[in-house]
Amino acid sequence: MNDAYAAVAERPAAAPGAADTIIHARGLTKRYKNTVALDSADFEVGPGRIVGLIGPNGAGKTTALKAALGLTDFEGELKVLGMDPRRQRPELMRQVCFIADVATLPRWIRVHEAIDFVAGVHPRFDRAKCERFLARTKLSTNQRVREMSKGMIVQLHLAIVMAIDARLLVLDEPTLGLDILYRKQFYQSLLEDYFDENKTILITTHQVEEVEHILTDLLFIRDGKVALSTTMEEMGARFAEVLVNADKVEAARALKPIDERAAVFGKTIFLYDSADPEQLARLGEVKRPSVSDLFVAIMKGTYA
Amino acid sequence: MNAIVKSPFAWLLKREYWESRRGFLWAQVWAAGVLLVISILGIVAFEAFRLRNNIEIGMHGNLSTLLSNGMQHNAAGIAPGLDGLMLTFGMIAAIVLFFVVFFYLLGSLYDDRRDRSILFWKSLPISDTSTVISKVIAALIIAPLISVAVVLAGYVALQIIASIWFLAHGLNPLTLLWTHADPFSLWLHLLAMIPVNAVWALPTVGWLLVWSAAVRSKPFLWAVVIPIIAGVLNFWVGLLGLPNVDTRFFWSDLVGRALLSVIPAGWIAADPSQLRMDFMGRDQLSGISYSSMGHAFTLPEMWIGAAVGIGLIAAAIWFRRWRDET
Repeated sequence: MNDAYAAVAERPAAAPGAADTIIHARGLTKRYKNTVALDSADFEVGPGRIVGLIGPNGAGKTTALKAALGLTDFEGELKVLGMDPRRQRPELMRQVCFIADVATLPRWIRVHEAIDFVAGVHPRFDRAKCERFLARTKLSTNQRVREMSKGMIVQLHLAIVMAIDARLLVLDEPTLGLDILYRKQFYQSLLEDYFDENKTILITTHQVEEVEHILTDLLFIRDGKVALSTTMEEMGARFAEVLVNADKVEAARALKPIDERAAVFGKTIFLYDSADPEQLARLGEVKRPSVSDLFVAIMKGTYA
Repeated sequence: MNAIVKSPFAWLLKREYWESRRGFLWAQVWAAGVLLVISILGIVAFEAFRLRNNIEIGMHGNLSTLLSNGMQHNAAGIAPGLDGLMLTFGMIAAIVLFFVVFFYLLGSLYDDRRDRSILFWKSLPISDTSTVISKVIAALIIAPLISVAVVLAGYVALQIIASIWFLAHGLNPLTLLWTHADPFSLWLHLLAMIPVNAVWALPTVGWLLVWSAAVRSKPFLWAVVIPIIAGVLNFWVGLLGLPNVDTRFFWSDLVGRALLSVIPAGWIAADPSQLRMDFMGRDQLSGISYSSMGHAFTLPEMWIGAAVGIGLIAAAIWFRRWRDET
């Protein structure tokens, strides 16, 4: 897992507006009757990236995904693989896969029917590959989805999706309600058997901790706007977390941290944006913040 | 041919069949099976009655002679009798088909929204137009073809049962039964009716699909209760002496066409002059003769209904495409 992460992390992020941009959004806006789900959001997703789209409930994550998949209308500019998802949805879906969450496979379908069907309608589906993935599971070809556990359903769905040679894979809360064994296995399989430099994965999840080690890019979304868009390297260079002893707290505050929280033994953890690393080193032990701590700091006030 | 069977659209049809196999195939098989069981029970009861009353059996028994003589003398009456038999199978199949297709259409664009599996179907490179049209074809062509096939199978099975019965009495079923049986003539009528029924059914198909694609819950209530309430209101407005739509027109040409056009051969009732239903005579099939099928296509109701139906199907496609589930 770490090797795969290291390999992708070395690659530079796509230049904005580059020809091979996977998703390009400018002023992406979606209004519902009483609310604005997306408020002129701008973002780019480059090829060969694993992007975490992270935000509190109702921030517009799912709306952004739905717009990109052509499932909903929108205002503003949005191109996915250079196509307009509203007008070119069937063409787009040859190159884009998505797993909405577990249990969206039809309950009546049998394993072999699902495979036959996808093989019949999807020009980029590799049946042999799918069968290889399924051979590792306990699923039998005659089994119906309604007879499976959530974990087994996600194994089937993942086996189908990983056998499709798509350029973009969208995962919306893919591991919701799964037990920990399946969750680990889910991301492990994606990294080992699916992801490569020609593919891009866009993930939304509440379980930030379980994806943060595989992400190459972060996209924080808040109140329909992009609050932070960064690669993981840039994030590590820009944000720093310092564990400060009680006697240096005032000095730490003077450097304008974006967040502080109490730690054990009377120590305090400060989070800095673009601070001088040497100054920080004098305050205490410096670390790269976790995505979830950064998320909490940036989203503060959202729930207030 | 191979290219057609392997085309993505053929897979959409297979998908519909897999999901609705119970209604499309097994409901028909059960209905025909029940009819066969009733026939067997009838034969057994008849035999029991015969034995109890000590009526002689065998080659020279008077019953056999009676049967055999009677049938030979009335050979002309056997063919319509056998036709009637197939018609019975056909009618039972038609009733089953109506209910199956009605509820199939009502659920076809709704059930997958309710259980969210629409997100799986929409993750595949299939246009919403193909999806909706595959459901129309499944309802109007696939399901009727299966029912007509089951009718033929049921008819042949009953002939075989009757043959065994005849043989048990030393009668020759080949000369008495099979030479008179002309199942394919009537069966071809049933087959030929499928396209006529399909065009006639379009308004109901469109009406049910629109509600199936559009409403958040309870498509049955919307599709059925709305026209009934509208009909009652229209009647009430008429009671007040205010201008209203002619009640008869409203019920039969609006509500009836919106809800009941999927009844097989429903177009017969649109022009009763074509109908010379005379079950005792030889003409019992005039209603579904080829000429009355052709005549159905000359009815303005046929084409106006079809146009409205196609419009409604287009609306269902639009809803399928843009209905935003949140």
